[in-house]
Amino acid sequence: MRKIVAALAGTVSGLVMLFSYYTSTAGIAAPAAGGTTGTTPTTGTTPTTAASSGGTFTGSAASTRWGPVQVKVTVAGGRISTVTVVEYPQGNPRDDEINSYALPILKSETIAAQSAQIDHVSGATDTSDGYVTSLQSALDQAHL
Amino acid sequence: MASTTIPHRAWVEQVMGMPVSVHVRGQAARADDTARLVHAAFEELRVIDARFSTYSADSEVSRLNRAELSLAAVHPSMSEVLELCEVARKRTGGHFNAHRPDPAAHGERRFDPSGLVKGWAIEQMAARLARSTGCDVSVNAGGDIAGDAGGQPGTPWRIGVEDPRQPARLIAVLPLSTGGIATSGTARRGRHIVDPKDGYPVDDLLSVTVVGPSLLWADVYATAAFVKGPKALPWLEAIPDYEGIVVDRNGVYATSGLADAARPSGPSWPGSHSSAGRRLPAKARWNPHRPIPDPISRGDSTTGAGYA
Repeated sequence: MRKIVAALAGTVSGLVMLFSYYTSTAGIAAPAAGGTTGTTPTTGTTPTTAASSGGTFTGSAASTRWGPVQVKVTVAGGRISTVTVVEYPQGNPRDDEINSYALPILKSETIAAQSAQIDHVSGATDTSDGYVTSLQSALDQAHL
Repeated sequence: MASTTIPHRAWVEQVMGMPVSVHVRGQAARADDTARLVHAAFEELRVIDARFSTYSADSEVSRLNRAELSLAAVHPSMSEVLELCEVARKRTGGHFNAHRPDPAAHGERRFDPSGLVKGWAIEQMAARLARSTGCDVSVNAGGDIAGDAGGQPGTPWRIGVEDPRQPARLIAVLPLSTGGIATSGTARRGRHIVDPKDGYPVDDLLSVTVVGPSLLWADVYATAAFVKGPKALPWLEAIPDYEGIVVDRNGVYATSGLADAARPSGPSWPGSHSSAGRRLPAKARWNPHRPIPDPISRGDSTTGAGYA
């Protein structure tokens, strides 16, 4: 259980680092630390306006060795403002455990992430690391 | 940062057993014609997959392996791939070899060009789409990315390189305009990279990322370098026009052309006498607050990192 909590927290923080993502209209909004647990998986919503004005994008659910993971990002003012893991593997850690790991990490990683601004992720071909798959999926969905 | 908004659109489809993402950036990115061209490009990719998939009993490559087809009767693209595989074998000293023992076939050698076909197909896809749409294109197939700026300098695509030790963290951000970035590594769910010399899995390194003018060759070199293990970094250093990042249990290493983008760390590469595998001195450690160099912000309008 601890491993899952630590890995998820690390991953969410990593995702925030990766998600210093801006669309070409690039308004700069300070990202808010997210990382609260979602208990209800949501389906992806495609905004009717251009992606640059904001919206919520949910990466496809992807499988990890502990179970499926799904990530949701919210874009506001052209910046990713929150990252939420909406679906956790089975044996969900308690909310307060996740928050106590995630929030301090998210705060410091958020600053470091400002310059990442990536379009794609390059990694070893693999479909079992759900985070990268879901991350690329969310990066793609912001431009669908 | 660009002062004008450049339209940017993405499509994702499942092909070759993985999500393939196409990103198009340019004035025509949201045009219907562009969407049609992208869908047609995915169809071409499916045709290629059908021909080269070793998972399909009916594919041309499977029939070739069963000797149901002679080399003279294959599709021209199969001949081209066969020839490229031979060049790749020679260039990599046999560490890339499409004819390799197949443990599933009792160790008999089988022709499996899939490692080369992916880069070959995706690179062509990006180039054709850039030409036909007049836009800047990048195509990501399972973490290997081809870019094509259609001959027009502009904002490079920014490619995050995954840290194999910490999923969803980055070790570098590399700019890509026209060229390719490929990463080979130990799959998290098992080892899938085998040494063609004996057919057994290789795991000295955690990952190798190669960037250069062609995704086909970046992928071949990344695959071969991974198999070369301790010799990976000096080998990559010696390849003109291609740069690499190697990660092992001791740290992150980069060829000398990637000084700005990657942050080498860890002890010196064993046996290195040259600049290959140099480690940053303790004072110059990774500083997350130092901005990642952006060719555009320096007023440099050429394609990123010289990989045009």
